[in-house]
Amino acid sequence: MSLSEDILSTAAAWRAAGEQVAIATVTETWGSSPRPAGSQMAVTKSGRMAGSVSGGCIEGAVADAAMQTIESGTPQLLDFGVSHEKAWEVGLACGGKVKVFVERLN
Amino acid sequence: MTPDILAALEQAKQNKRPVVLATRLPSGEQRLLPDPDAPADLNEAATRALDRDESGTVKLGDTDWFLHAYNPPLRLIVVGAVHIAQALVPFAVPCGFSVTVVDPRRSFASDERFPDTVISTDWPDEALDKFAPDSRTAVVTLTHDPKLDDPALDRALKSQAFYIGALGSRRTHAARLNRLRELGHQDDALSRIRGPVGLNIEAVTAPEIALSIIAEIVAVRRNAPLPSKPAP
Repeated sequence: MSLSEDILSTAAAWRAAGEQVAIATVTETWGSSPRPAGSQMAVTKSGRMAGSVSGGCIEGAVADAAMQTIESGTPQLLDFGVSHEKAWEVGLACGGKVKVFVERLN
Repeated sequence: MTPDILAALEQAKQNKRPVVLATRLPSGEQRLLPDPDAPADLNEAATRALDRDESGTVKLGDTDWFLHAYNPPLRLIVVGAVHIAQALVPFAVPCGFSVTVVDPRRSFASDERFPDTVISTDWPDEALDKFAPDSRTAVVTLTHDPKLDDPALDRALKSQAFYIGALGSRRTHAARLNRLRELGHQDDALSRIRGPVGLNIEAVTAPEIALSIIAEIVAVRRNAPLPSKPAP
């Protein structure tokens, strides 16, 4: 897997190889979020992943949403806040907030 | 994302043309900018995103647009196809740099030593004239040979390169600055050259020196506060 930031190319290559792919993109951040707007993660229905949208705290939840979007084709705008209030809620331990847009690569 | 948008985006990247992928939130409609058919305020916001090299969400009227800036890669010109250059290239590529290694000595500048790397065997001043470093270009000289380093530094100083680094001890660097003064470069211009090159991490081996160089390039690109180099 490539370590470069060009996640879209990785996603496009997966799509071209017949995978079903969704792309998640950080669209807005507040406070101390680890990855800036424009950071991307690609997810395939078969379970491949590339890139990141946080320091690792929300990737699992984003991958779940990506699976839904791969099935439905409907994009989603996800909102992640701090996690300390409810321990079971997915959020960012660093205290930042991010919005993540998830879309299917058609 | 539609296949048309994806293809147009990949085409722009291949042609090294700066573009913005604009996504309307949350519905997900997309278009590439700048586009003469797009509203003026959207085009202006896209141009700003490219100038700042920063993606983000903007509100125009009642609509939220996510503007994803796709600038062509940063460029790194490495003069001297030496051992440190071999270690530097694999650090620079994942940091987003399109790398060219310049060395007229073909035994150094070989495909075997630099697989998958663009190599120029032109004389460094001619190579730099061709590559025309801009404000998204870093230039590093590593040959230790004034015949090769000096012409490259001369051209780099006449360019807008955001980073200029030169390998060599403090004594070597002082002698180098004197030679460049004789070529007509003033002290304020010469202060753009980071020498001895790299962050001071007491690097010893070639990979360690390469790490110190790429770290310094990133630090300059991200406007990190850096200690000034000791006077030669």
